[in-house]
Amino acid sequence: MFKSPPYLLQDASVSRVMTQVCLALVPGIAVYVWLLGPAILIQLAVASLAALLSEALILRLRGKPLALFLSDGSAVVTAWLIALTFPPLAPWWLVVVGTVFAIVVAKHLYGGLGQNPFNPAMIAFAVCIVSFPALMSQWPSQGLHLSLAEQANIVFGLMPRVDALAGATPLDALKTALKLGAESGIDVPALLANQDIYGNFAGRGWEWVAAAYLLGGLWLWLRGVITWQVPVAFIAALTAISTALWVYQPTSFASPFFHLFSGGAMLGAFFIATDPVSGCTTPRGKLVFGAGAGLLAYLIRVFGGYPDGVAFAVLIMNICVPVIDLFCQPPIFGMKDKP
Amino acid sequence: MFDLFKFKGGVKPPTNKAQSTTLPIAAAPLPARLAVPLHQSIGGTPRPVVKAGDTVLKGQLIGQADGWISAAVHAPTSGTVRAVAMRVQPHPSGLDALSVVIEPDGQDRWIERQPVDYGKLAPEDVRELLQAAGVVGLGGAVFPTHGKLTAAKSVPMEELVINGAECEPFITCDDLLMRERADEVVRGIGIFRDLLQPQRVLIGVEDNKPEAIAALEAAVRARGESFSVVAVPTRYPAGGAKQLIRVLTGKEVPAARRSTDLGVQCFNVATAYTAWRAIAHGEPVVSRLVTLTGNVRQPRNYEALIGTPMGELLAVAQPNPDTDGIIMGGPMMGFLVPDRDAPVVKATNCLIAHSDRLFPPAPPEMPCIRCGECARACPHELQPFELYWFARARNFGKTQEYAIFDCIECGCCSYVCPSRIPLVQYFRFAKSEIWAREREKNAADGAKARFEFKQQRDEREKAEKAEKLAKAAAAQAAKKAAEAAAAAAGEAKTDPAPAALDPETAKRATIEAAMARAKAQREAAAPRNTDNLSAEQQAEVAAIEARRTQAAVPPQSHPNGPTE
Repeated sequence: MFKSPPYLLQDASVSRVMTQVCLALVPGIAVYVWLLGPAILIQLAVASLAALLSEALILRLRGKPLALFLSDGSAVVTAWLIALTFPPLAPWWLVVVGTVFAIVVAKHLYGGLGQNPFNPAMIAFAVCIVSFPALMSQWPSQGLHLSLAEQANIVFGLMPRVDALAGATPLDALKTALKLGAESGIDVPALLANQDIYGNFAGRGWEWVAAAYLLGGLWLWLRGVITWQVPVAFIAALTAISTALWVYQPTSFASPFFHLFSGGAMLGAFFIATDPVSGCTTPRGKLVFGAGAGLLAYLIRVFGGYPDGVAFAVLIMNICVPVIDLFCQPPIFGMKDKP
Repeated sequence: MFDLFKFKGGVKPPTNKAQSTTLPIAAAPLPARLAVPLHQSIGGTPRPVVKAGDTVLKGQLIGQADGWISAAVHAPTSGTVRAVAMRVQPHPSGLDALSVVIEPDGQDRWIERQPVDYGKLAPEDVRELLQAAGVVGLGGAVFPTHGKLTAAKSVPMEELVINGAECEPFITCDDLLMRERADEVVRGIGIFRDLLQPQRVLIGVEDNKPEAIAALEAAVRARGESFSVVAVPTRYPAGGAKQLIRVLTGKEVPAARRSTDLGVQCFNVATAYTAWRAIAHGEPVVSRLVTLTGNVRQPRNYEALIGTPMGELLAVAQPNPDTDGIIMGGPMMGFLVPDRDAPVVKATNCLIAHSDRLFPPAPPEMPCIRCGECARACPHELQPFELYWFARARNFGKTQEYAIFDCIECGCCSYVCPSRIPLVQYFRFAKSEIWAREREKNAADGAKARFEFKQQRDEREKAEKAEKLAKAAAAQAAKKAAEAAAAAAGEAKTDPAPAALDPETAKRATIEAAMARAKAQREAAAPRNTDNLSAEQQAEVAAIEARRTQAAVPPQSHPNGPTE
């Protein structure tokens, strides 16, 4: 019998951590289905299946125990985050390409669970938005009402995509409108008055999905699965820069409220930037990481070439993690007076 | 009334203390045989002063302290010494060490005990008495107590901290001691107070022991002392000396410094008790309280003789049939003893009957996901997952940069890890590798220094010899030349001086001759006694070298427990 102390262990496991992350996403998914249609459920299912199959395949190739790693739940979390960031009516193979790339290349080619320097879900998003920019920008038209069967037919390519996909995300819509209206003098408050697109404060439907992510994220924090530093720093930085520019020129820049509740801000702050594997680990490092991601997300959104910037912001911060943690090591017990 | 401080990290495992506190302390039965290890404290191994066949009385000296940091060892009962030999130790390695094996005569007759009034003694004499009585830290670290009873000269002694926290799950021996023998604990603390003259005396007890706190408070009042009995929040490892000092005084003692440098000293309650028994009753440390618990039918605290075989002692508590091992200490920092015959020693505070039902085997180890739970649980505020990466990569330099030697091996990180990584094991591995490398390096440095010294000496001797020979040769040549010159002068200067007698040439020739002689002499000289050795002799030399390097390194046989 070989056992080593401590002989008492807390009831904790990787799969429990991952299960809690999935549970925390459920309110957001529920609101998504309620307000924007059930197509997201198809995408979630396709992504999960693709993730588990590609994980099983690569585990086998690497000679790792299948049951142990398939049940850890990490592939499912990646799959869900990919599905939730992709357009819900995108063709099924798009989410499969993203997921397989995330699991095989971004995760396992770097060593698998715990070894990936970049957030796999964000790698999937980046790869697909660069490779398939048109498909990644086709969002369902506002006010579109399709049955689950019709949505499934679109996703699986059995129905023409044209009519259903005239839409854009509120962020994209705002960006395009501002670009077009630069000469004609249309300003942000006037644009945001269009409630069909922009809803009450940050995008019809989307604003409530974001609010549900916030709720799920707070639950994760209460459960101790995530710490407060990354979300608080992310939200604080995004709020700070958007407030500054909004106060400076309210006709050209949307309010901080709009930025917080549109696009991937809430999902990013609580579920993506908090990924422990690819993020900072020290408390001060987490503050730097979160603030950097929030700031970059805004800059890419407003001044960059893409409608949303969370994915690239997180990936850029992933690169900086080693050096941030190196400089943010907390002092140890008894050494706090030392410089 | 009393402001407490907090230490970061820590965990709250189920305490499992209630089982063993329902019954009062009982005396353990006299075993058939006792094996008393001589090395039971940090520091020098006591020298045996008895031999096989001697009869001994209870409390009789059997091992004399070796040096100042060392404590005497005594016969736990009266009887006959059967052997002074190597016996198994309560240590994870399962190695043997020199022990005195005693067969009790069943009468348990004491030596003549000599109580003293320590108030009349000089402090040095009190310290010597404690050393002679074998009083050591009973919280687990077994540091000789007398060695901690001298205040630092430059720093005023501000607080004397008495550790009754007993934070590890299952262990209740200090709890029962405080409940039942609070008066003697308080009087023992009085001795420490008188020797150290601190400004305040703080007794810290975890707030899950209200009976012990009440008993101590009553005893302090009854003695008219001014000690503060402080209930500290129950959180493992609040009973680690540094954590308790932090909680009670707000001071953080760095790993590299002594607490006395910060004006604090810390003792365990059981140490105070034994100090009082030693001084006021003349009883050396021959027994201690041991909690018998875990997978047993009758968990309880026993006063057990040092040297009692653990298996025999645990049997008193009636282990369940599926018991498959004995943990010495608590479930967080204790270890499975490799042999049921390992004896109870001064560091044995608890024996836990182990079964997989009670302590299920850990699920398979997963990769680290850097969640940082370990860092949040670490009471020394280290980054265990970073240490783990570096230890696994054998990057030991980096582990030292990340302060691996500040790790007290409390097990909080392993306890919380969702990936079930046995982090503490990795840290022990890294520490022992670093020690081994340092030993090797020291040995290599020593060998290099010896070699260089020998080489220097050889060269110096060679040079000296050559110089001496050259001088002698030159003198001789000069003499010859003078003689030749005189002869030539006598021969009326008709013959020209032969070329060989040119003084310069003569000198060179003699030097060459001298060097040739020296060389021949060197070659003919007997070989040094370390050259051309037989295989056996070489093996013996190697063994002696190994022993020497081992002796140069302090033994790590006693875990530096957190409870003192």
